[in-house]
Amino acid sequence: MASPNGFLPFEKDIFEMEELLSKLEGQAGATEEIRRIKKEITRLIQKVYSNLSAWDTVLVARHPNRPQTLDYINLIFDEFVELHGDRAFGDDRAIRSGFARIGEHRVMLLGHQKGHTLKERNECLYGCAHPEGYRKALNKMKMAAKFGIPVICLIDTPGAYPGIGAEERGQAQLIANNLFEMSRLATPIICVVIGEGGSGGALGIGIGDRVSMLEHSYYSVISPEGCAGILWKVATDDTKRQAADALRLTARDLFKLRVIDDIIAEPLGGAHRDARQMGNSLKAYLVRYLRDLKDVSTEELMEQRYQKFRRMGVFEQGPQES
Amino acid sequence: MAGARMAKRGVPEGLWIRCPQCKATVFRKEAAARFNVCPECNHHFYLPARERIKQLLDEESFEEWFADLRPKDPLQFNDRVLYSERLKAEQAKTGMPDAAVVGRGYIRGRPVVFSVTDFAFMAGSMGSVVGEKLTRAAEEATRLMLPLIIVSGSGGGARMQEGILSLMQMAKISAALARYDQAGGLYISILTNPTMGGVAASFALQGDLTLAEPGALIGFAGKRTIWNTVRLELPEGFQTSEFLLKHGFIDRIVHRKDLRTEVARIIDYCEH
Repeated sequence: MASPNGFLPFEKDIFEMEELLSKLEGQAGATEEIRRIKKEITRLIQKVYSNLSAWDTVLVARHPNRPQTLDYINLIFDEFVELHGDRAFGDDRAIRSGFARIGEHRVMLLGHQKGHTLKERNECLYGCAHPEGYRKALNKMKMAAKFGIPVICLIDTPGAYPGIGAEERGQAQLIANNLFEMSRLATPIICVVIGEGGSGGALGIGIGDRVSMLEHSYYSVISPEGCAGILWKVATDDTKRQAADALRLTARDLFKLRVIDDIIAEPLGGAHRDARQMGNSLKAYLVRYLRDLKDVSTEELMEQRYQKFRRMGVFEQGPQES
Repeated sequence: MAGARMAKRGVPEGLWIRCPQCKATVFRKEAAARFNVCPECNHHFYLPARERIKQLLDEESFEEWFADLRPKDPLQFNDRVLYSERLKAEQAKTGMPDAAVVGRGYIRGRPVVFSVTDFAFMAGSMGSVVGEKLTRAAEEATRLMLPLIIVSGSGGGARMQEGILSLMQMAKISAALARYDQAGGLYISILTNPTMGGVAASFALQGDLTLAEPGALIGFAGKRTIWNTVRLELPEGFQTSEFLLKHGFIDRIVHRKDLRTEVARIIDYCEH
């Protein structure tokens, strides 16, 4: 967890330098010292952020100041026309959906919203969607496909909500429906994990023609805590770290495993230090992908999407070596 | 040790079984003669994949496919036990290379593509081999235009030890089933105890028809996870077949002894 000041455990030295800097900045005649400290801070951040452990990455991905879907809507989309409701049960605030414009493109934008303030978090349950959220997402995607509008999915969830109502209303069923339908949705789909890629809750809006991750996001079959609790029997600081390592959940790991197409670089010290710059990089990627996919025939698009997931998995075939 | 572990699942070696539900002591042969169902309370005991094939398919009609697919350890996963070692132990225990068996056979004379996952192998969880076998089964069913039957039984869903690759199997098999659907194929999904997590959230709930054995545990999140989140007492019969039927997610609950007849009947209804 981040401290109340918003710094992560491994950022302590950076934070202390920043404190020092803010004190000096009020003083006259400290120009040289300020310059030196600024340089030192940059060097420190570089050092720390080029050596993040898997668990550190999870903490960065969960940073309370990390930009979320609504932040990107404000930063890089020219317009957002929110469309509510799943036409069956309600309007899940953990997933937002609506028409949006980015560059010269009109898109259907979907994204998990975790919330920054306590009030917002209570409303959207930290980005943990219920079945109605997944149903809403699919409804809007189908409409987009009908009108030839490409879909953008921003993924940022610890996981689908584990609750009584969620089970009663078919959490597994609605996620299953989304995987099934997204695999053959006849319009381009671009997915980007912007923070947390929590298991089925992430995959539920995660089937696309391009699937990428921000540099310090993570994407995993289970949370490190959940994994530690099951396989190590208890989730401690130590076992969480071990589980995070074992799961290979960082963007670099997923790229190596050929699960994602690209890693989108973050500003120095993570997206939370410079949301605007992060937004610009994300926008450049989205626009590039949208342009790439615009002229692909539907038939070709469907075949490529099928083959993209078809090749995933590692196994052996043939007579057993002894 | 092995005996004790089996007892937990309700099928010990030896003459007698203690039913985990009604606690009655049941003569083993009697349970076996009743499709491995408790004669006292109808509790459906765990059924190995091979037994399932015997019960559901016509005698000697099953032809196994892709039996030479074997799991690897792509992440070098180590949770104090190496995954590669765990796999060897599971393979020795079950005599299976991984948790799924797929192939073709006949149900009362009707040709089908048949798949089953076995809970005994790493709780029936889905890694690359399970995902690949089921995907190929769906692709073959599309090619041959045969009905597809998948009997699911998985405690954990996606297999943690293959990390993100397990999660992606959900996407892979879903895409294959969607193509099969597009081609007009009939997919009957049969849920057995337990069908949870990523298995429930993908192929197990993508059938044209969803059948379930009585009393099976079916759901997305585990009870402990839910308890930890909501801290509320869970309703009576939460996440059972009967609970899902009541909430509208299952077409029929079918006693194991009737499954073969039911499946044959549905196939006849759905013939093009």
